Amino acid sequence: MSHATLEPFIRQRLAQRTAGGQLPILLMSHLVLGYPSLDENRRVIDAMAAAGVELMELQIPFSEPIADGPVIAHANQAALDRGFQVAEGLAFAAECVRRHPEVAFLIMTYGNILMAYGVERFIHRAAELGARGLIIPDWPPQEAAEPMAWCRLESLDWIQLFTPTSTDERLHQIGQWAGGLCYCVARKGVTGTRTDFDSALNHFLGRCRAVTAVPLAVGFGVRTPEDVRCLTGQAEIAVVGTAALEIHLRDGAEAVGDFFKGLRPQS
Amino acid sequence: MKTGYFGDFGGAFIPEILHETFQRLTTAYEAARADPEFWNAYVRLMENYSGRPTPLTFAENLSQRYGRRVYIKREDLNQTGAHKANNVMGQGLLMKRMGKRRVIAETGAGQHGMATATMAARMGFDCVIYMGAEDVERQRSNVFWMERLGARVVPVTSGSQTLKDAVNEALRDWVGSMDDTHYLLGTACGAHPFPAMVSWFQSIIGREARSQILAAEGRLPTHVYACVGGGSNAMGIFQGFLDHPEVTLVGVEAGGQGLDTGRHAARLASGAGTIGMAQGYKTFFLQNADGQMRDTHSVAAGLDYVGVSPILAHLHTTGRVRFEAATDTEVVAALQTLMRAEGLIPALESSHAVAQALKELPTLPDEAVVIINLSGRGDKDIFTIADALDDPGWRRFIRHKAASYSTIEE
Repeated sequence: MSHATLEPFIRQRLAQRTAGGQLPILLMSHLVLGYPSLDENRRVIDAMAAAGVELMELQIPFSEPIADGPVIAHANQAALDRGFQVAEGLAFAAECVRRHPEVAFLIMTYGNILMAYGVERFIHRAAELGARGLIIPDWPPQEAAEPMAWCRLESLDWIQLFTPTSTDERLHQIGQWAGGLCYCVARKGVTGTRTDFDSALNHFLGRCRAVTAVPLAVGFGVRTPEDVRCLTGQAEIAVVGTAALEIHLRDGAEAVGDFFKGLRPQS
Repeated sequence: MKTGYFGDFGGAFIPEILHETFQRLTTAYEAARADPEFWNAYVRLMENYSGRPTPLTFAENLSQRYGRRVYIKREDLNQTGAHKANNVMGQGLLMKRMGKRRVIAETGAGQHGMATATMAARMGFDCVIYMGAEDVERQRSNVFWMERLGARVVPVTSGSQTLKDAVNEALRDWVGSMDDTHYLLGTACGAHPFPAMVSWFQSIIGREARSQILAAEGRLPTHVYACVGGGSNAMGIFQGFLDHPEVTLVGVEAGGQGLDTGRHAARLASGAGTIGMAQGYKTFFLQNADGQMRDTHSVAAGLDYVGVSPILAHLHTTGRVRFEAATDTEVVAALQTLMRAEGLIPALESSHAVAQALKELPTLPDEAVVIINLSGRGDKDIFTIADALDDPGWRRFIRHKAASYSTIEE
């Protein structure tokens, strides 16, 4: 059995940044496939890759995106209204991996997309096309023994989520299942509104760190260089989703590249 | 078996951020269920506030016409005119036990929202109702009452702007507000413990119906009919008879414009539903090959839903409950039959159960004893029913009314 490649990728890229005197934190972006269109997705991915974004979450749209906020939920529905199909999304993900071997791509979607495709078949396909991990926010680990087992066989990481509402006992339990990276939801609420990177967050990330050795990615509400700087040293990865989508819609794909460059100014 | 599963169905497919909230709710629900005093307090409240026990009315004229004995369980006589009251009052009592002070709920046509708003007014909770923007437009009268009862009605503009989108939006609210807020799910669907908990509160229907039919007939019914949207009224009455395999249980889904048109909400009876997971649970959904939920259709907004109770999905696969579908046309005809024959005005939802019973009555043995669950009354749906009946006098009235408003406002 080969080994999952996500954590070594993260460690290596962090080491490179540290050696180069750059802020030791990676960026993970998020986009909804088919929104506004696959062509636009391609342009914005190129711009983000050129801006040095190390990890990208490709979200396969679902009609019932219960863990997403209004902006991303709307994007899901709009992509479906334009006829988005899962097969073309997977083909597009494969193309992204070929085009940007320097980027680690993760597939984010909801459990029913896997069930409809066939759980084993979906996981096999995701691994085969070169995705490094799966983020399925409505499939909690205690229900996910089967897909997690398939992922282990395929050396694909099934990404676990930590939230501030989790008890220490629950965090510990999830920590046992963690691999690749752990996605830390920085506040209560859905994607897209403002988070204060305050002592509560420090405390929460400390609790996460205590239960796992895998890299931490902090999401939900990261928008400014200050946010990214505050996270540096506390987390390995800053996740930027809604903010980038809003800039994309307002100012176009190029502006998204500039935005990501600006998040980690050269010191 | 894993907790919260009914055969292969159910479970709790929820975002991690809600994990503790569901744990706490499950603990509170299990403690309440184990405490006989909680159930007694619930029954007393329903007697005092909602007129329970509701009668099991002998339908004398229908019985004579069909030559079989027909009884009607009168959930239409509840507070706010439907079985929804059972669930909201029960969860309201649970909220008090849990110390919550804000309640949120989704609503399609507005019945569950209205029931929740009355409960919140009575128990002193803040109340927010999520309702698809399209439904807000179509169901102004219910929005009017919810607002007058003190609830805030939030139009949901995401997705298809109907019931399932209201469910998603309510879940989004809860993700950010669980500390002081309870999400009062309106039917026996969603993540564990909702299907079991809502069915438990609704089981008051079946307990009453069982003792009432034994008192009236000295035996159990041969057939029980109930409409199935999410499935809570059906679960409610079926639970009185599940342990008696000789009682035929029939769930009636929305056949819409006909099963062959694809414009229906018959997840089980059509054979078109496939197993999936969405909105927190695993069941039969009307979905496409990619797993995207399809649009559903019914003249009855309360049955117009893509999923179905995981407990009913299980009872479907075991064969304990038979599922049928009644079309919009059959339903409107049945509604008129029941009105003229018995002077009862059924909701369009409940008329599905009536329609299927009327279809089957002539084929049943002479000694058959039938119970139809009349889950709600129809007079509150006058706008919808007048439309469904295409009533010319009503149209003239609305035009006249509109004209009088437009001269005042413009």
